[in-house]
Amino acid sequence: MTPRLRLAFAAAVGAAAGLSALAIASLVLVTIGASPWTTLVTIFTGPFASVFNAGEIGVRAVPLVLVALGVAVSFRSGILNIGAEGQMLLGILATTAVALHLPGLPGPLLLALALLAGAAAGAAWAGIAGWLRARLEVNEILSTVMLNYIAAQLYTFLLRGPMIDPDELMTGSGTPQSVRLPRAAWLERLIPGTRLHTGLLLALSLAGLVWVLLWRTTLGYRLRAAGAGARAARYAGIGVERSLLVAMLVAGAFAGLAGGVEVVGVHHRAIEAISAGYGFAGIVVALFGGLHPVGIVPAAGFFGLMLVGADMTQRSAGVPANMVLVLEGVIILAIVSAQVIIHNPYAQERAARFLRRVAGRKAEGEHPGAARSPTGEAGP
Amino acid sequence: MVHDVLALGVPFSVALLLAALGENFNQRAGVFNLGCEGIMSVGAFLAFLPPHLLARSPLAPWANVLGFILAPVAGALLGLLFALVTVTFRAPQGIAGIGLQMLGWGAAGTIFRHFIGGVTGIPGVAAWPIPGLSRLPWMGDILFHHDPVVYLALLSVPASAFLLNRTHWGLRVRAVGTHPRAADTMGVSVSRVRYQALALGGAMGGLGGAYLSLCQAHMFADDLVAGRGFIAVALVYFGRFTPLGIAGGALLFSLAQAFQNEIQVSGIKFPYEFAVMLPYVLVIVVLALARRSHDLGPAALGKPYDREVRV
Amino acid sequence: MPTSAPPPGPIDELTLDRVTKRFPGVLACNRVSLTVRRGEVHALVGENGAGKSTLMNLLAGLYQPDGGRILIDGHPVRFRTPADACAHGIGMVHQDFMLVPTMTVAENVALGLGPRRSGRRLDLARVRRLVEGVAGHHGLGVDPEAPVWQLSVGEQQRVELVKVLCLGARMLILDEPTSALTPQQTDDLLERLTRMSAELPIVFISHKLAEVKALSRRVTILRQGAVVFAGDTGHTSTEELAALMTGHAVHQPRNEGGGAPRPAVLTMRRLVVRADRGHLAVDGLSLEVRAGEILGLAGVSGNGQRELADALAGLRRTEAGAVLLGNENLTGASPDRIIARGMGYVPEDRRQEGIVPTFSVEENLILKDVASPRFSAGPFLRLRAIHRNAEALRDRFDIRCASTAAWAGALSGGNVQKVILARELARAPRALVAIYPTRGVDMGAAEFIHGQLLALRAAGAGILLVSEELEELLNLSDRIAVIYRGRILRVLPAAEATRGQLGRLMAGVDG
Repeated sequence: MTPRLRLAFAAAVGAAAGLSALAIASLVLVTIGASPWTTLVTIFTGPFASVFNAGEIGVRAVPLVLVALGVAVSFRSGILNIGAEGQMLLGILATTAVALHLPGLPGPLLLALALLAGAAAGAAWAGIAGWLRARLEVNEILSTVMLNYIAAQLYTFLLRGPMIDPDELMTGSGTPQSVRLPRAAWLERLIPGTRLHTGLLLALSLAGLVWVLLWRTTLGYRLRAAGAGARAARYAGIGVERSLLVAMLVAGAFAGLAGGVEVVGVHHRAIEAISAGYGFAGIVVALFGGLHPVGIVPAAGFFGLMLVGADMTQRSAGVPANMVLVLEGVIILAIVSAQVIIHNPYAQERAARFLRRVAGRKAEGEHPGAARSPTGEAGP
Repeated sequence: MVHDVLALGVPFSVALLLAALGENFNQRAGVFNLGCEGIMSVGAFLAFLPPHLLARSPLAPWANVLGFILAPVAGALLGLLFALVTVTFRAPQGIAGIGLQMLGWGAAGTIFRHFIGGVTGIPGVAAWPIPGLSRLPWMGDILFHHDPVVYLALLSVPASAFLLNRTHWGLRVRAVGTHPRAADTMGVSVSRVRYQALALGGAMGGLGGAYLSLCQAHMFADDLVAGRGFIAVALVYFGRFTPLGIAGGALLFSLAQAFQNEIQVSGIKFPYEFAVMLPYVLVIVVLALARRSHDLGPAALGKPYDREVRV
Repeated sequence: MPTSAPPPGPIDELTLDRVTKRFPGVLACNRVSLTVRRGEVHALVGENGAGKSTLMNLLAGLYQPDGGRILIDGHPVRFRTPADACAHGIGMVHQDFMLVPTMTVAENVALGLGPRRSGRRLDLARVRRLVEGVAGHHGLGVDPEAPVWQLSVGEQQRVELVKVLCLGARMLILDEPTSALTPQQTDDLLERLTRMSAELPIVFISHKLAEVKALSRRVTILRQGAVVFAGDTGHTSTEELAALMTGHAVHQPRNEGGGAPRPAVLTMRRLVVRADRGHLAVDGLSLEVRAGEILGLAGVSGNGQRELADALAGLRRTEAGAVLLGNENLTGASPDRIIARGMGYVPEDRRQEGIVPTFSVEENLILKDVASPRFSAGPFLRLRAIHRNAEALRDRFDIRCASTAAWAGALSGGNVQKVILARELARAPRALVAIYPTRGVDMGAAEFIHGQLLALRAAGAGILLVSEELEELLNLSDRIAVIYRGRILRVLPAAEATRGQLGRLMAGVDG
């Protein structure tokens, strides 16, 4: 199949997948009486109406990039980290705790330690699932999903109990949130009038770092080999189990870092619903971005746009924000289907055959009226 | 206390049991559907809807039945969608399952929040005590004093075993999950059997979700299913892919939940959140301790089948 | 659903008329025509990759032809699915058995019969009686209640034959039926097939010319997907057949022997290794490979070869015994340590165990050496060095690929094997374990691989060659060991070994 035809095939499959996804999403929208067209237009263009909202796209994109980078590393290493939600929560808790309990330190140092603590906590949480997979062959999808639920309970417990802001208890409002972080532990704003913060720069540089890690280092080579050919990697002496564990630790660190960045960059305290589905959205961003930093960054921008837009539709058109989950779900289904079809050489052949037939050229061997002996005997 | 935990445990296990038995058909046929969670959410919502909408209409007595019909139908449709993605398109089953889960969970939540929101109760299904047996001193409460769906769920255990082991269809399912190419060469359509299994599994998942809202909680909320769909998938492995093993596992997990309930009710000082964590921790512990055997599951589980691939 | 109801009774004649089949990137069958008649066994011959299996899979309904037609007794037929082919009476016995291992023989047959032919209720007793009847009629001893996984290879093949006959086969196609059998079992099978050919047409695919001569009346030779010869077997010599198969005079590299016995380079001492299912696959095995020799390991597959190889590579635990490389005890060492100490390995499943299919050829060539100073500077990869290495190896080993950046998984079987060999041999190992290195590879690549192995031998390495092809072993080895039930039954000098003797040893008969 010629490269041009292959590109056309890929584009056609991609378009079909995208349209199917939109169709299913529209079905849900129609059920709640919202116009699919208006809703989608609002979602994808609404945020650009004001500087603040445009900045929000970047604000949402930062944790998405971080989570997606971690997910990409883990998926490429052959371990499916679905636990970013829980790992983020642990990161939030650790970052908040460290920032609140080391008040005397200078700003940059405090920030660095707090963020490192967040990354470490996320890594440790992911490490549980990683260890279970590496040593006991426990399916990591199940274990990370369970760990998500456990982390959610742990988070609620801590925020309503030991870590709650004493002021809340005194005023009796009891909102589960921590004390506000000291000013030294805040990330600076990048653009006045928006909430966009320097975490964006951190996310972008980490994207570059991940690229170097995966394709320019020995460790990255080993991780990719473990993911792309675990059996061959084993025969070649590459410790696959160790790679799986390392990949999970990295993925957890990124998710924990994402949580920490949200705390020090946006909310400045630990609150409920802070992770707001970034864990799952990050997986979709990673898939959408082809598990590659170069794709993840724009994909995160796209999904950030979607998240901000969905918030706006909730306020303006009354479409619940859960709609984002529906969109994410259908996008996952569409992407994974399209990817398999596009890369399947047999599907390509079938499509090429179909196109050739449509184009009117006869397939080989169907020449009419050729008089030949059916046994086709040929001399020695 | 033990008696109360057991009496609670049996109905608590129904949703898990139905979903896991359904998922067992999927997995024996070679496909694991993590979207079970999403299917249960949709089932729970659709079963809740008729009683809620028809509360004051003349159709009210039929509302529950309607709910019990809508839920499995929707579940079967979602199962078929999953089959399209994983069997026809041959997409990787793990991620596709997560996608289906998000779709189901999100759709149920979106529609619920838009039209209803908040917490509204529904009457639920009354218990049908089995005459005579339900008056047995200890066992009576535990086994024979429940709503009809519980009895149905308990009966599905031997029914599933029969279906899998004594019918032609069951033979095909087992073959397709173990050695699809062999089945193919003998004229069995691997795709068709997998589609059928996924539809059945989805229907049972929907039914499990329906039980949650109609019979157990008497309401619907975003987080009603709370991971039971995933636990059901784990249960199939834990129960060694047999209906009886799955039933045992379902009971074990629901006992943990019943235990958590009892703790709250009896006033023992134990943090609420840690009690809620219990079933999830249990799943991890059980997965970790389960003896891993290479020959345990259907050999072709998780691998898409393509006849044209040169072996 | 079958497209038309076939007439009852045996098939007299089946014809393939200019059948064509394409796969991505390769023309597997190119306007192939042949005819099979009842009463004669027809052999379909060709090298690995010539298109024989593809052609027969077309007949069995597994693939769809891109051109040409199939005729049964003069009527054109079209098999859209295997069910179609089955309904028309095509009975195919595949090289890899199409039996569900976890089910019994009767259940497997019931699966094929389906509710239409064996009653709506699953009646295994009825199926059992059918199996016993058919097996008895053809003299094939088969126990309907036995779970397939418990049966030996020979027994499973009998089951396959019975199954196919129970499902109403009016014609038999056998794909490489003797590849996993001992010489005695092979003779048994050939005799049985001769008797059966009176009742139904039989096509048998093989690349073993001795059997082709012994069994078939007519032969069709395929080369690169096209028919190059069709005629009577009796009138053609084995040499002519071989020449036609490959298109040129065949010159198999032989081991000329010679050289004084040298010290052992790979020693296995009373090795005990457990199989996945729990039993002892290797049970007190002792063997010694000397420097500068090729030690062939003959045996029916399933006697512990795989577990032995895994243990030598460090991928499976040794329960007892020792493995020594030179004088160094490497028992229980990790794979990377074994590799670092100079052990090379050419694995059985080249596409899954030998290469990472989605990595480039370049990346695959450094799979074992990525951390060495040659290819990494600190934590970073030395991309230029990796590329130069690939170019050099590509030339030296004649690896046919568009570029070294191409995916290794896209290469043909022979070229994948060359990549693996290149990687192993470039490391100048002290000892090399090679498992079925030329299985499924065309003769040209096989010649090349044999030449490389002999060169490695000349350079002083010790090679353990595990193979099912007695010819390959007899040609290349200095000594031949026979493995049976996890132990070495005997070791003999290759010059003294005969096929008959090896066959008996492989079946467990010593002496």
